Amino acid sequence: MLNGLTAVYLREMLILKRRINRQILSMSVSPLLYLIAFGYAMGDGARFDGHTYIEFLIPGLVAMSSMTQAFAISTDINVARFYWHIFEEFQAAPISNAAYVAGEVLAGMTRAFIAVVVILSIGLFFKVILDYCNPLFWLAIGLNSFLFASLAVGLAMLVKSHADQSLLTNFVITPMAFLGGTFFPVDRLPVWAAKIIFLLPLTHASKAIRQTAFGSLPGCFPYLLLAAIGLIFFVIALKCVNQARD
Amino acid sequence: MIRIENLKKSYKNIHALKGVSFRVPPGELFAYLGPNGAGKTTTIRILSGLSRRSGGDAWLGGFHIEKESLKAKKNFGMVMQSINLDQELTIFENLDIHGRLFNMSSAKRREKIDELLAYVDLIDRKKSLVKQLSGGMKRRLMIARAMVHSPRILFLDEPTVGLDAEIRRRIWGLIKKIQNRGTTILLTTHYIEEAEFLADRVAFLDEGKIVVIDTPQKLMDQTGDWAIDRMDGDKIKTVYFKTRQEADAFITRQQESYTLRRVNLEDSFLSFTGKKVLC
Repeated sequence: MLNGLTAVYLREMLILKRRINRQILSMSVSPLLYLIAFGYAMGDGARFDGHTYIEFLIPGLVAMSSMTQAFAISTDINVARFYWHIFEEFQAAPISNAAYVAGEVLAGMTRAFIAVVVILSIGLFFKVILDYCNPLFWLAIGLNSFLFASLAVGLAMLVKSHADQSLLTNFVITPMAFLGGTFFPVDRLPVWAAKIIFLLPLTHASKAIRQTAFGSLPGCFPYLLLAAIGLIFFVIALKCVNQARD
Repeated sequence: MIRIENLKKSYKNIHALKGVSFRVPPGELFAYLGPNGAGKTTTIRILSGLSRRSGGDAWLGGFHIEKESLKAKKNFGMVMQSINLDQELTIFENLDIHGRLFNMSSAKRREKIDELLAYVDLIDRKKSLVKQLSGGMKRRLMIARAMVHSPRILFLDEPTVGLDAEIRRRIWGLIKKIQNRGTTILLTTHYIEEAEFLADRVAFLDEGKIVVIDTPQKLMDQTGDWAIDRMDGDKIKTVYFKTRQEADAFITRQQESYTLRRVNLEDSFLSFTGKKVLC
């Protein structure tokens, strides 16, 4: 299994290496705009749990970008499937579904971690330094990206065209990116809205990432929840690989 | 080496394969000849694990294609009709990733890649990005990639489609060289001369069914030795003759223009199926 996984992962990394400058630039644009637009607009006047809005926003952007970048692996898989037909190489190779899915999920997680480093670096320009040395901060990012990369691989196997993929992003990822506790504290919402948002995995990832970045301990629940949902999506992705055969 | 029994494939109401059976012994180059939509690519997609069969069975090197799929997959290399190379990677990287997929050691990969790139005349372009290569070079690279893990079987799905005549002949030479190494080859094509030049045996495939299987020479012999093409209204009609004398006797009775030529596989296909390969 390890050889198949390495081959799939290495291929994604070689492609990423060729595009790394463009990729970093594109990973920087949205967080930079959010920080300028929301961060400066709110100023130091608004405080959340004793922190400025920019300090509140950066962990939210970390959660959001780790989700969107991990999920973006689905676009690369679709290009490989529908445009370059490289996916046929993997289908015809003697590798297990687990090796293929694990390789792609790992590639999605790598992209997510790069995006996080980009955001934290941008944060430094805004003089925001939080507790990034806490391993639980990075564990929450890892589990969040694992969950969304697994979801991405599964969905990439089910879609029939690029257009289907955009629909999924528009209906699933974009709303979650805005509602999952990234830009505002969920506990300020009406009870009914908070209940709905509680169901989104990103809400728990944002909470764990923010609390650890602020130096407090979020408890086991968000970690166990993210790991459990991530594992379910991973198993579903394994089953979906066979669906990609016509 | 390749054994197919009553293989079927349906897409909703379309029956792409209607029970195909044949065997290809080790070292043979078996050509699958038929017009577009006959079921050639469908057969290769099923054998290589890209599509699911609707019925029947198939074995590669003695391993069932679905029940022992990982073992069966180790036996073959595949060159698909569309260019499925990683355009943003170099020639070496494309081949190296393929070798890794087949669990080859680093030293073995490097040795084999150098050998194959010399073989397909791309050794000087080893570090070039694939997107910088010409169509013919990409085809040669795809053949090299399919051979990296030294498969016993090679699937070639229309390997020369879209290439000019000179490059096509160059690839034929390469295919012959690969066969001479002992590789069993299943070739799909709708180029008559390709099947005639390369194949030990040919299967005529039409509407998902095999009409006949034999050597190119025997198939042509069953049709005749000579053919006369003549205009019949706005259509060309072809008449076949066993001997030149019979053809000459026919010509003496002709009022209109005609062409006398030797029978080829296209004629055999036409006489067996009532259709032309290139529709």
